[in-house]
Amino acid sequence: MTDAVQFRFRDDEMTTSPAVTFEACCEQSNATAVRLEPGDDARALLPFLDRLELVEVNFPAYTDGRGYSAARILREEGYTGELRAVGDVLVDQIAYMRRCGFDAFAPATPMDEGDVDAALNRFPQVYQKMVDGRRPIPDLRHE
Amino acid sequence: MYLYDSYDQAMVDARVEEFRDQAQRRLEGRITEEQFRPLRLMNGLYLQLHAYMLRVAIPYGTLNSTQMHMLADIADKYDRGYGHFTTRQNIQYNWIKLEETADLLADLASVEMHAIQTSGNCIRNISSDHFAGAAADELVDPRPYAELLRQWSSFHPEFSYLPRKFKIAVIAAETDRAAMKLHDIGIQIIKNDAGELGAAFYVGGGMGRTPMIAPMIREFVPLDQLITYAEACLRVYNRYGRRDNKYKARIKILVHELGKEEYTAQVEEEFKHMLEQGVEPPFAELERLRTFFEDPAFADGAKTVDRSDPDFALWVDRNTHRHKRDNYVSAVISLKPVGGIPGDASAEQMHLMADLAKEFSFDELRVMHTQNIVLPHVRIADLHALWTRLEAAGLGAPNLDTIEDIIACPGLDYCSLANARSIPLAQRISERFAENGRTEELGELKLKISGCINACGHHHAGHIGILGVDKKGTENYQLLLGGSEAQDTSLGKITGRGFDENGVIDAIETVTDIYLEKREDGERFLDTYRRIGMDPFKEALYD
Repeated sequence: MTDAVQFRFRDDEMTTSPAVTFEACCEQSNATAVRLEPGDDARALLPFLDRLELVEVNFPAYTDGRGYSAARILREEGYTGELRAVGDVLVDQIAYMRRCGFDAFAPATPMDEGDVDAALNRFPQVYQKMVDGRRPIPDLRHE
Repeated sequence: MYLYDSYDQAMVDARVEEFRDQAQRRLEGRITEEQFRPLRLMNGLYLQLHAYMLRVAIPYGTLNSTQMHMLADIADKYDRGYGHFTTRQNIQYNWIKLEETADLLADLASVEMHAIQTSGNCIRNISSDHFAGAAADELVDPRPYAELLRQWSSFHPEFSYLPRKFKIAVIAAETDRAAMKLHDIGIQIIKNDAGELGAAFYVGGGMGRTPMIAPMIREFVPLDQLITYAEACLRVYNRYGRRDNKYKARIKILVHELGKEEYTAQVEEEFKHMLEQGVEPPFAELERLRTFFEDPAFADGAKTVDRSDPDFALWVDRNTHRHKRDNYVSAVISLKPVGGIPGDASAEQMHLMADLAKEFSFDELRVMHTQNIVLPHVRIADLHALWTRLEAAGLGAPNLDTIEDIIACPGLDYCSLANARSIPLAQRISERFAENGRTEELGELKLKISGCINACGHHHAGHIGILGVDKKGTENYQLLLGGSEAQDTSLGKITGRGFDENGVIDAIETVTDIYLEKREDGERFLDTYRRIGMDPFKEALYD
């Protein structure tokens, strides 16, 4: 498995610090990059948000959707650093991941760029208010 | 009823193209069946014993004649001329080809329908009271709230890979016709002492192998916080619901293991946080949705029927429901003819029901979770004409809520999970009681059959329930008594050792005999069972 970032939707410089584990991040250190596993509580990172430049969220299996909540919570709490989906990340999921605040993707199996482009541009609008700033349909109806 | 605007239409059209692309990638071998599986499942396409099965969403069971005609056309064009109405107020087709599915979805989209999230571990079709907007006893029409939830839950980015499937029902009457407390979330629209409308939330009900009745976790959620509260309920579940064992992954297990108080406390904390995020749709949107569910232009007319034809009078007594206008009723078209397959309708029958809805019921039909069809607003003056047309087409069975009105899952005839057949058993039970002539005498008696422990046939909630199991390679049926899915929700208890197919039919006859012998004035089967308990039935069955 590779951790190579295949897609990144940010303009800033990518951090070169290796991601430490969730426990290591919480216990000590001045780590600037951390990796969350599905069972880790994203809210435990809130005291460190100012110094974090990268949060990797691991998806050991695409069916485990806890990482979507972790990402959205971090964005709701004001995290502005890189949020990277890692692991079993598939093309048909990345539009939802973008809406939950992920802005970088390091899939275990590289995705076809054309497919990704199509997936991200498929739906003209959205129904829910998420953390990507898009105005949902119910709001657009009453502008 | 709700009509799409250009936004809704564009979303559904986009979904059709997305699925076309996904199916194409699968057909070309660019993705494996394993990778395709969650994609097709999120779109209602199951691989069953013999072919693909497609489940089409009928939001809160409401549809118009154009849509019903299309469901009939689809049955003819892509299936074998029939469809199966389900206990989730949807319709399923059993003989679908992957190559044709995208075209089928495009046909559906042309009449504002889809198969989005009709399977998969996501928020499923929202169900509701099949007499919504018509029943004399409802507070308000629950469907605007169901529609608000439908749009919010469609393509929800955070809640599409939940631990397990998630079902929501919304009602707005004290009488529960939607099995609300047997859903992951059950919502009852109520009025508080100040006269304001709000929502009571029941969370963690369900059937399956561990049936549970949902406890109420909040008495009153203001209507302008409905979606926000639902987000909080779902987020706690998505983060903490069990993922180590699929049989313990439903929210009912989380609520049970944490305890109602702890789950509620976590939801309330998350709710406080979500309120700050401003995720609630504008209230004007709810007001817009309400305008789609206003009363049709009711006319005056007779308030009683001519009862001189006893067959007609029986049908009126059995198959009509009290309407909020005293010269209207809701009329139920039974899809349970004696010896028939519960919930099946042919394309021809669907076309007829659509025509009758247009002619007699302001162009509206409902699918009941008991697998029948409702014409919600029929003038009493038109009932005889309607009944005559139904009778001629074999759709006039006067057996709503009787022992012939059986809920049955597809069972081993279609389903890859089943242990036993459900359909032939349902057919034979209705034949037995039609033959011995006791159906009407037995009155309200809800019989529900599941072909495996997953309980798609709601056997836990039947006054009489039957569960098919596999016993050393042969089909065996357990008998349950005393379940209810109404406002007095209860779970049935197993009588004892199981029976073979003939044995279970005899056993049902035995327990109904005990009921007839012991009942007191006005008691239904369920009432007698609750009064006298299991023992007299057990004695008759096993001694």
